[in-house]
Amino acid sequence: MMVFEKPKALTDNVMHYCPGCTHGIIHRLVAEAIDELGVRGRTIGVASVGCSVMSYNYFNVDMVQAAHGRAPAVATGVKRSDPNNIVFTYQGDGDLAAIGTAETVHSAARGENITVIFVNNAIYGMTGGQMAPTTLPGQITQTSPYGRDVKTVGYPVKVCEMLAQLDGAAYLERVAVNDVKNVRNAKRAIKKAFQNQIDGKGFSLIEVLSTCPTNWGLTPQKALEWLEENMMPYYPLGVYKDKEAQAND
Amino acid sequence: MSEKVLMKGNEALAEAAIMAGCRHYFGYPITPQTEVAAYMSKRMPKIDGVFLQAESELAAINMVIGVASTGKRVMTSSSSPGISLKSEGISYLAGCDLPALIVNVQRGGPGLGGIQPSQSDYFHATRGAGHGDSHMIVLAPASVQEMVDLVFKGFDLAEKYRMTSMILSDGTMGQMMEPVSLEIGEINEYDKSWALTGTKCEREPRIVNSLCLQPEELERQNFARFERYKVVEEKEPMYEQYRMDDAEVCIVAFGVASRISKNAIDLAREQGIKAGMIRPITLWPFPKKALSAAAGRAKAFVSVELSMGQMIEDIELAIRCSRPVLLCNRVGGIIPTVEEVLAKIVEASKVGGAE
Repeated sequence: MMVFEKPKALTDNVMHYCPGCTHGIIHRLVAEAIDELGVRGRTIGVASVGCSVMSYNYFNVDMVQAAHGRAPAVATGVKRSDPNNIVFTYQGDGDLAAIGTAETVHSAARGENITVIFVNNAIYGMTGGQMAPTTLPGQITQTSPYGRDVKTVGYPVKVCEMLAQLDGAAYLERVAVNDVKNVRNAKRAIKKAFQNQIDGKGFSLIEVLSTCPTNWGLTPQKALEWLEENMMPYYPLGVYKDKEAQAND
Repeated sequence: MSEKVLMKGNEALAEAAIMAGCRHYFGYPITPQTEVAAYMSKRMPKIDGVFLQAESELAAINMVIGVASTGKRVMTSSSSPGISLKSEGISYLAGCDLPALIVNVQRGGPGLGGIQPSQSDYFHATRGAGHGDSHMIVLAPASVQEMVDLVFKGFDLAEKYRMTSMILSDGTMGQMMEPVSLEIGEINEYDKSWALTGTKCEREPRIVNSLCLQPEELERQNFARFERYKVVEEKEPMYEQYRMDDAEVCIVAFGVASRISKNAIDLAREQGIKAGMIRPITLWPFPKKALSAAAGRAKAFVSVELSMGQMIEDIELAIRCSRPVLLCNRVGGIIPTVEEVLAKIVEASKVGGAE
C-alpha cells in the first residue's frame, strides 16, 4: 500500500510562503531527497537571505542562517569542519547571483563538496519585488518600473551557463517546478545533487525556475504560465555540467 | 618554564593557535599579517587541519562562521582594511552568539592607508565592529610572548562567553622577533549544546541564527547579551601597572606604544617626575576601575596612541574627566619616539600641577 506522507526532513511548522509560491514544492523535494538517502541525521542546512530565510524553521535538520549571499562560504566552513556532514544551501537569485556572486563562483571553482539549491524566480521577493540579476529583459519590477532596460542595467545572469565554464563544478542542472513532469525531474536532479555529495564528487548546483505570483502580480495559475512562456525560453532547462557523465563518454 | 625559542610575532601567534586546538584557519592575503596565513598553510596540512585561502575577507569570515557554528575552534587574521570587510561577519557572529578568534595586525588608515604600524582601529574594535549593539573581547599584546598567551586567553574567553575575541596587534608586534616560551595554556571545556553536529535523528534540530522579527524577542536577546557583557566587564579586565605606586603622571598605552612609554617613564623618573603607566591588556573590557583608582593620586594622564586620539575617550570616561588627559600621538605608520613621550610627560607634570 502506498501512503503519502510528509517527509521526516520537514518540520510541522506552517510555512509563511505566499499562496501559489513554489518554495513549498522545492522544500518538499529537498526533504524527500534527504529522507530517501538516509542522511537526515548528518545533514546541516544553510539558510540564506530572502523569502527562504526562515527555511531554518521548515527543514528538520540542524540549520545555520547566513548573511546575504554568504551561504556557500558558511557551508564551506560547516563542510570543512566535518566532511561527514551533508551540507546544503538554499538560496534565491538575488542572494546567489548578485550579492553572493563571488561566494557562488569560488565555491564552485574550489569544487567544494556541497549541494546548492538555487531558486530562480527572476525577482527579489522578500523585499517586495525589486529587479534581480535574473530579471528578464523588459520585465517590470518595483525598481525597473519601465521594464528592465538592458541598455542601462545590462542582461540577466545565466548561472548554470556561467558556472559550467569552471573545472571545479561537478554537476549543474536547471529544472522547473511548473508541472508534474518537471517537478518529478526536479526531484531526480536534487536527489542526484545530494548523492554526488555523499559520493564526494564535489560542487553540485540545481537551479530551480520558480514563481512569485505576489510580486509578478499574477494569479498562481497565470504565474506558472508566465514561467513557461517567458522564463523557460530564456533559461533553458537541462544539464549544463555533469563530470560523471563526461567521464563515462 | 619551557625552553625559549626565537620567533616572529605573527608566527608565534599562529603556532599558539594550533597548540590551543585550532584546526581551521581561513584568510586572505594582506600586509602586514601574511606570515600568519603562510605559517598556517605550512602547518595545517601536517596536522590534519584546514588552511583555506578564501576568495575574499567576506568569504573568510563566513567560513569562520560555518566552523564556529559546529562548535570547533576557528580563526582568521587580517589587517585593517580587511577587518572592515569582515565587520559584517563579526556582527553575525555576535548575533548568533558564536565564539571565534580574529586577529587584526593593524596598519595606518583610513582607506588603503599604509602598511606601517597603527592603532587606529581602536574604536572599530572596541565598539563591536559591525552593525547593531555588540562587543568583542579585545586583547592587545605588547610582546611576542603575549601574542602567544593571549591566543589561549582569546579562545578561552570566546568560548566561555560565546563571543568573538579579537587580538588587536600591529605591524611591530607581528614582525618583531623575541624569545618566547611555547607552553600549552588554559584549555577549558565549555557547554556546546548549541553546536550544529547533525541531529543523528536522536534530538531536535538546532538552529544558529541572528534573525528575529519580533521586536520584544529581539529586545530580550539584546538585553540578555548585554547581561553577559556586564559579567565580562566585571570579571575580565586585564592590565599591567608599571611604576604606579606613587605615580603623579599616569601614562595609558597599549601594544608598541606601551614599550616606548616604559623607557620614557624611566627617563622621567631620572628627572624627578613621578611617572607610571597603566597598560590595558584588554581594551574591551577596558580597565576602568584601575584607571579611576589611579586618578586618586595621579594629577594628569597621558594617552600614548598611534591614532588621532581614540583610547583617550575611554580614559576620560573611566576617570569621569576628573583629571586632564593629554594626547601623545603619531599616525600614518610612525611610532612616537621616547623623547616625544618624555616631553609629553614633562608637559603633563606641569598641567597637572605635580611638584
